[in-house]
Amino acid sequence: MSGVRLSGVTKDFGTVSVIPSLDLDISEGEFVVIVGPSGCGKSTTLRMIAGLEPVTSGSIFIAGKDVTWAPPKQRDIAMVFQSYALYPHMNVAGNMSFALRLARTPREEVRSRVQRAAEMLELTDYLDRRPRDLSGGQRQRVAMGRAIVRDAYCFLFDEPLSNLDAKLRSAMRTELAILHKKLDRTMIYVTHDQIEAMTMADRIVIMDRGIVQQIGSPRDVYNAPVNRFVAGFIGSPAMNFLDGEIIGGDTPAVAGDGFNLKLSGRQAEAARSHRNHRVTIGLRPEHFNVSGAGGTEASVFAPIELEVQVAEYIGSSQFIAARIRDVPITASIEVGPDSAPLKSGEYQFDTSRIYLFDRESGEAIARP
Amino acid sequence: MQRLGPYFFILPAVAIMATGLLYPVIQAFYLSFFDWKIGTDLEDAPWVGFRHFIRMATDADVLESITVTLRFGFWTITIEMLLGVALALLLEKPIRGASLFRTVFILPLMISPVVVGLIWRYLFDARIGWINYYLGYLGIEPQVWLGDADLAFFAIVFTDIWQWTPFIFIIVIAGLQALPSEVLEASKIDGANWWQHILFVKLPMIRSILVIALLLRLIDVFRALEVMYILTGGGPGRATELLSLHIYNRAFDTQQLGYASAISVLLILIVFSLSFAILVIGNPMKDKADV
Repeated sequence: MSGVRLSGVTKDFGTVSVIPSLDLDISEGEFVVIVGPSGCGKSTTLRMIAGLEPVTSGSIFIAGKDVTWAPPKQRDIAMVFQSYALYPHMNVAGNMSFALRLARTPREEVRSRVQRAAEMLELTDYLDRRPRDLSGGQRQRVAMGRAIVRDAYCFLFDEPLSNLDAKLRSAMRTELAILHKKLDRTMIYVTHDQIEAMTMADRIVIMDRGIVQQIGSPRDVYNAPVNRFVAGFIGSPAMNFLDGEIIGGDTPAVAGDGFNLKLSGRQAEAARSHRNHRVTIGLRPEHFNVSGAGGTEASVFAPIELEVQVAEYIGSSQFIAARIRDVPITASIEVGPDSAPLKSGEYQFDTSRIYLFDRESGEAIARP
Repeated sequence: MQRLGPYFFILPAVAIMATGLLYPVIQAFYLSFFDWKIGTDLEDAPWVGFRHFIRMATDADVLESITVTLRFGFWTITIEMLLGVALALLLEKPIRGASLFRTVFILPLMISPVVVGLIWRYLFDARIGWINYYLGYLGIEPQVWLGDADLAFFAIVFTDIWQWTPFIFIIVIAGLQALPSEVLEASKIDGANWWQHILFVKLPMIRSILVIALLLRLIDVFRALEVMYILTGGGPGRATELLSLHIYNRAFDTQQLGYASAISVLLILIVFSLSFAILVIGNPMKDKADV
């Protein structure tokens, strides 16, 4: 019995139920990212694990110990906050060693642990500086350092990268992944950024309105989303959705206003058992192309008419903002760096990559 | 015109400041060079140069009133700071009734010092005062509160604490509530217990606010007049004669307006240095660089 376990955890704020019921099993050493739109309860979940927010009911176990009502300091956790939350009146070394000093760790050990963490994070030149004399990225590292020095059982991250600029963010993402390998500790990371989730997580927990929608590896949640919400949330740019219907008998197709795509393979199989079903069709932007060439062995291309409004040049591919009748469509099309801006007309879609969802419930009917 | 424009717009404010604030200061300084009595023409007053200042430097009475002021300041400010900070820490949490208590608690601050003096003069009265009356229930003999040097000093210290602790309280509670919650949470995660949380995180983070409150109180101590004037008049003897009360007594009891002005100049210098210290030490912007 180890790792972090939430069992039947609920949380109400007054009369508002933020988390109706949550079960989560995180193994020791795992890097789990909880992702979801703002207000989905992901931060509240993390704060309950940290002990900063009491649960309304249910239990939390860390390393097999019931810590539901234990204060934060008895939970053997370290946490990195979105605002970094550094102590402004202490220098970098002071910030990093605060927890150890409170725990009356021998001075020599404090020094060596701070030194080791500082080296890992390239902070050795800044140990005497106050947080206000550091850049955003450096402060972020200090916040990480403060957590690393603790050598806690579990590390909690509350959107730690969201205050950094794009370039620094992607660099820190990589470093965090490396850090996880080095430290080999359980890490729970909360973010609204699905790219962070995809790049770092062993497993992703996708939440919406306090309810876990899906738990799975990045590959799973991308390829096999259980419902329309997960499909729309994971993937960048986001998946396009079109309302349509399954038509045809033994050679089924999905059709709607301005499109008609013949199905094959798995999708056709699923469609045969859902004749005349009203569905939402999910098309990922990266599965459009111009020529109908490429793809995998399973690829079957079908023509689809796009009315292009803007084509954004980003090097080897172009992002196009288009429409099918009134429905906005984004597509990311690889055409090489020298091609002219893409225009309206017939494009190809790889129908082996179509997702089908029940229009009412949003549940997945078919996937690639 | 472009360069003069800004000056033009601050001119009214500067003019009011100059007439309202600067003029009396300059006038006090000017007066300190004359030996002037009320009811005589200032033109006839004899010029004495720096003689008042020289006399002041060796005047045991002035020295004594400065000592009384510092002693008064030490006891009042120390106790007010401790009490005010402690109460702010206790009432900072949104517990039931805290907001009512907060409002009641700052009432003394809103009462005019003259009224405070009158209220406490009756409370401390040896024959009809409530304090002696209730002490009687505890079997304590009636005390001549305002007639004994030590008791009178205690009385003015007590009254000042009663009136000014709320001032520290509201400043500190405002400072505490402005602290970033994530930093406080971080210290809980780092394992700080209740008093470590206060001593190592909260108080250091409101350090500049504490320094400002302290210096403001120090300035007030040097300016304090009304309560002492009404409560004890500086007596018995000179036991409660603070510097500003001493100046007042010199000017209007003993009719030494020129000499009193010279002591006022000293007072201005003291208060000015303290105010300057506020700006240098306690600059509230210094620690606020977005952390």
